Amino acid sequence: MNHLLILPVLLPGLMAGLIVAFARNRLHLQRVAAALVVLALLFMAGLLLVRAAAGPEAYFLGNWPAPFGIVLMLDRLSALMLALVAVLSGFVLIYVIGTGWDQRGKHFHALFLFQLMGLNGAFLTGDAFNLFVFFELLLIASYGLMIHGGGADRLRAGVQYVAFNLLGSTLFLFGLGLIYAVTGTLNMADLAERIAALPAGDAGLLRVAAVMILLVFAIKGALVPLQFWLPGTYANAPGPVAALFAVMTKVGAYAVIRFSTLVFPPDSAAIGSLVTDLLTPAALATLALGAVGVLGTHSLPRQVAFAAIGSMGLLFLAVAAGTPAATAAALYYLLHSTLATAALFLIADLLAARRGGAAAHSGLIAALFMAGAVAMAGMPPLSGFVGKLLVMDALRSQAVLAWSAILLASLATMIGFARMGSALFWSPQEADPALPIPQDRGGIAAVLLCLAALAALTVFAGPVMAWLTVAAENLHAPTAYIAASALRGGT
Amino acid sequence: MEALIAAAIGLMTAGGIYLMLRRRTFPVIIGLSLLSYAVNLFLFVAGRLAPGLPPIISKTAAGYTDPLPQALVLTAIVISFGMTAVLVLMALGAYLTGGDARIDLDDGGAE
Repeated sequence: MNHLLILPVLLPGLMAGLIVAFARNRLHLQRVAAALVVLALLFMAGLLLVRAAAGPEAYFLGNWPAPFGIVLMLDRLSALMLALVAVLSGFVLIYVIGTGWDQRGKHFHALFLFQLMGLNGAFLTGDAFNLFVFFELLLIASYGLMIHGGGADRLRAGVQYVAFNLLGSTLFLFGLGLIYAVTGTLNMADLAERIAALPAGDAGLLRVAAVMILLVFAIKGALVPLQFWLPGTYANAPGPVAALFAVMTKVGAYAVIRFSTLVFPPDSAAIGSLVTDLLTPAALATLALGAVGVLGTHSLPRQVAFAAIGSMGLLFLAVAAGTPAATAAALYYLLHSTLATAALFLIADLLAARRGGAAAHSGLIAALFMAGAVAMAGMPPLSGFVGKLLVMDALRSQAVLAWSAILLASLATMIGFARMGSALFWSPQEADPALPIPQDRGGIAAVLLCLAALAALTVFAGPVMAWLTVAAENLHAPTAYIAASALRGGT
Repeated sequence: MEALIAAAIGLMTAGGIYLMLRRRTFPVIIGLSLLSYAVNLFLFVAGRLAPGLPPIISKTAAGYTDPLPQALVLTAIVISFGMTAVLVLMALGAYLTGGDARIDLDDGGAE
């Protein structure tokens, strides 16, 4: 048992507590602490990526044997998500410190670290109820971050966001209760074995539970018709927080991938093709709604939020296909869309801070926006194009519907962003030279790093895909994962 | 006993959903609380009803009741309590700064 597995959960939590206790009014100390944690998370994510390549690994909390205690499970997918969180949080932290967003409230860094703790925990846990607990942890931190800086609109959007997510949590508990009543366990590996051997009489109850759990993940992943919370929340949240939230929708996608391959696999008699049947139409509708939203909005943050919804549609379309090739493509697109959404939210925030001033029309910001829009719309040369191509290649069997939906949505996204760009940067506005140029070099550096990461994802698409293909194959054949959790002492 | 508890869960869920659909924050919060009571009871009976039995294997008792749902309910109660407190605070903040208790957003509110 290797204690490295629990550190990404413990370290941010401990540091957040220390910050609240001892550095409440010392911003510089908070910044140093948060930066140290993010650096440590990056380092640990690198180590875990290497470890995960050797095969799945379990960490038994309190050394209780599975399934009686809670286990953390490391496999390629969770290591990948940890690395994504570490990289993204690094960019967000640079932006927040560079633009001074963290001065607008006392507890930004503590909440930020609690959020990282929840995210890392949700990606590592191998227990369904523990997943619920970590969901709540990352949500409660996100409530605080969402209303950071205050304002009437932001608070009202925050209330809606919290109410929606509380409803989701209740649904999650109903689903977990049903699953426990049917199978008598909540350990995911154990669930996989019990559901495979489920008596036919219990199949109906289990399917109800599966649909409830999928609904919860669909709320998190903003799938139509459960996407209502996203535009208001993301457009009203502070820019860097919206950028961090780009990974929150991916928690839903991660959970669907994990559950649809391990707990509710299509080859079990009780579930069958349930996940594909439900997700495919919802994903197509999400793709369409995202595209229409991108065309129909007049403010950049809302437009980016709708583009994020559209990208979730594409992602879930690939996840719903349920083949290893499609899952690998989905994972690649997941990495891309998280970084691209984050970059665009940061750019929107840079622009909002400069609105009205002479610096608003600076060519650099326009170039950044252009690069971000190219990535988001999935045009060459950035990784969106590669990701979209991979997804389309994996969906060859349903080419007519899926391909036309994806291509039309891309066209709409492209037109929407082109129109927004020309309205923002080419319209002859009276610039007020008296307004000061904001000191946001750190912010611009963060956006540049984000775009550089997208470029790196494009350049190294080959090795990344090779790694992801193995990850997807392991997901769809989870014998090693189940064996690693050593159920009832067996190995 | 089963019918009574099932009816209680059903009633609370129905009431909770009805209140969730209202336009003001206060009924929505009450509705969410009702829903969380319903789910707590539901989780509790997920381990089957076994009245009067200890939650541990004992030689003197005739059987035992499943202790795990009780632990789950405890966790769920703590979490929903904390979440409701956060929601009440935020709703109060929104009411005091915004001047009304509507829960819906204007579409132009994102400017």
